[in-house]
Amino acid sequence: MAETQVKMPQMGESIFEGTVTKWLKKKGDKVQRDEPLFEISTDKIDTEIPSPASGVLQDILVKEGQTVQINTTVAVIGDGAAKPAEGKAETQEPPLAQAKEPSPPPGPAPVGRPVPTARGEKEEAEDGDHEHIRSSPLVRRIAKEHGIDLASLSGKGTGINGRVTKRDILSYIEQGAPAVPPPKPVEAPKEAPPAPPPMKFTGEVERVPMTAMRKAIAEHMVMSRRTSAHVTTLFEVDCSRILKAKEKQQAEFERSGVKLTVTPFFVQAAATALKRFPIVNSSLEGDTIVYKQAINIGIAVNLEWGLIVPVIKHAGEKNLFGLAKAINDLGERARNKKLTPEDVKDGTFTITNPGQYGGLIGTPIINQPQVAIMGMGGIKKRAVVIDDAIAIRPIIMLSLSFDHRVIDGASADQFMAEVQKELENWPV
Amino acid sequence: MSLTTYVEAIRQGIWEEMEKDERVFVLGEDVGIYGGAFKVTAGMLERFGEWRIIDTPISESGIVGAAIGAALMGMRPVAEMQFADFISCAFDQITNFAAKCRYRWGAGVPIVVRGPSGGGVHGGPFHSQNPEMYYVHTPGLKVVCPATAYDAKGLIKAAIRDPDPVIYFEHKFLYRRIKEELPSDDFVVPIGKAAIRRTGSDMTVVTYGAMVHAALEAAKELEREGIDLEILDLRSLLPFDKQAVLDSVRKTNKVILLHEDTRIGGFAGELAAIISEEAFEYLDGPIRRITAPDTPVPYSPPLEEFFLPKASDVVRVARELYAY
Repeated sequence: MAETQVKMPQMGESIFEGTVTKWLKKKGDKVQRDEPLFEISTDKIDTEIPSPASGVLQDILVKEGQTVQINTTVAVIGDGAAKPAEGKAETQEPPLAQAKEPSPPPGPAPVGRPVPTARGEKEEAEDGDHEHIRSSPLVRRIAKEHGIDLASLSGKGTGINGRVTKRDILSYIEQGAPAVPPPKPVEAPKEAPPAPPPMKFTGEVERVPMTAMRKAIAEHMVMSRRTSAHVTTLFEVDCSRILKAKEKQQAEFERSGVKLTVTPFFVQAAATALKRFPIVNSSLEGDTIVYKQAINIGIAVNLEWGLIVPVIKHAGEKNLFGLAKAINDLGERARNKKLTPEDVKDGTFTITNPGQYGGLIGTPIINQPQVAIMGMGGIKKRAVVIDDAIAIRPIIMLSLSFDHRVIDGASADQFMAEVQKELENWPV
Repeated sequence: MSLTTYVEAIRQGIWEEMEKDERVFVLGEDVGIYGGAFKVTAGMLERFGEWRIIDTPISESGIVGAAIGAALMGMRPVAEMQFADFISCAFDQITNFAAKCRYRWGAGVPIVVRGPSGGGVHGGPFHSQNPEMYYVHTPGLKVVCPATAYDAKGLIKAAIRDPDPVIYFEHKFLYRRIKEELPSDDFVVPIGKAAIRRTGSDMTVVTYGAMVHAALEAAKELEREGIDLEILDLRSLLPFDKQAVLDSVRKTNKVILLHEDTRIGGFAGELAAIISEEAFEYLDGPIRRITAPDTPVPYSPPLEEFFLPKASDVVRVARELYAY
């Protein structure tokens, strides 16, 4: 039986490395195809990786806690007959990279992600081949017939998610010889900052290295603060009607196995407002504002080991039940480490919940490359004045942190007023 | 010349075949004195008499059973199901007997079982169904679903002349809504041949029955946005015109499969499999299906409206597929 090399998978387009957090099998264990083999942690998600083959786990080449680049062999599965090699991760790096021709200029480094090392880019460009260029069976056939390397159409796709379509490849052929793709703005590879000198503390301390997720969050937060001109606006919203609606529909939702919280109400209100104010659903790309058709709302989920933002795709097209179901499902899978890279991609707006532990409200940091994020405070009964009488109403404070580069205060407030209007006039 | 409705076209087709061939006769519930629930057989009793236009008891199994017997004795019966929904009562006769006679004994069963199918007329769950797939799944049968008056007439005539059992689903929503000028000559529409209702270049909509008209309506709207639909009307589901489907998909490279029948086990699934088996390398986007959801046909008019696929669904999916 041939040996199967288990590779560090690429979990998402902009992921270049991953950390093996746990081996679920020991060397010499029998393993079935698709049985969970090890756990990894990347910038985006933590997940279990299934075994690519059945056999015996002959060798583990990457120890728990070790971070390696994608496509590095982390283990070998054989029939158990072969003598285990004394391999180490360092020696298993594919020597291909040095031997091959210099790679074409890589695509733009995705905003907000660690700048890949030269090494990482090279591997992606070479090993990735067509896998990273989205196309279709037809396009691949046309490319093959015309001897076109699809990589040369990188960035030229006009289909959804930059997919290379029939029109793209036909016009590319029409335009003549496969030219060198235009150079893309690439962030200059930064040199790794020198390790800071250890700080001095009195008394005993424990030093714990940051997890991959922690590091990614840290980098992202600082990068976002550096990128956007953050301004936060605050709104108070009367929750009487949505709480009534929630109470009324709760039992019915539960019969379908869906727990109804207040969150979907806010998601739906935000989706409605995003439709009216598409600027809040945009991104800034250089000097160009990119308006996105899809309304994909990320929900910040607090985990014991960090924070993750799974995305409700096409939230603008879902009703309350669909939203509640999606939120249940994403939250559940986030906590069970079952999210896929797709689940955390393509968000266009984010909602976070700083009021979870009784906080009045927070001023969240924008999830790049989005331009706004809404915070939900805690719902609390308060005395409010209505028609000159004092009434007791459940009130929530909402915050919207927005990027003043593209959104002015007036637009942000109009957006929030729309959210408020939706929530306070919720049909019961 | 005047315009002929879809329902009148069926009546004319049966009438002409009865004039030409005395073996042809009609049997069913209320087809005689009453002229049929939808008046498909109006006036026939007066013209052909009670030996050839037979009012039967309410027993679909009995109607089809008698038709099979008569066919084996050399007749050409046309059995009417008052609503296609009730064809299920005759399921055993059709699938175990009519469909297998030729294979088992070399005896063809030249019957036509016809009935009004489809929704859109607020008929509720028992008077709106599209039961074609039970029969498409039965080798030995032929199944046709005309969408135009011309095809309604041409296919009923072809069905009556066919040496094997033909299940003829006429769409009741189209009965009086669809009309056209018909040629006066004795024409038939061959079973198993599709028709291109609109030529286009951006994607193909493969459909049949009432949905042909939804697709045409959508094409008009999409044309304004520069999206050019090709619309292929299958006309026959068993046998179906595979070559026409593959030719069109190979030309446009994108395909929407549209039917009024529910989703799981619908004809769209079969088409999708064939397209991916035989034209995979011609696809520039996912094969999309537009169908009714997997529920009974709702009785409530707004729910039925929601349930039935419509032009706006085609427009939405076509836009998505165009952008893909």
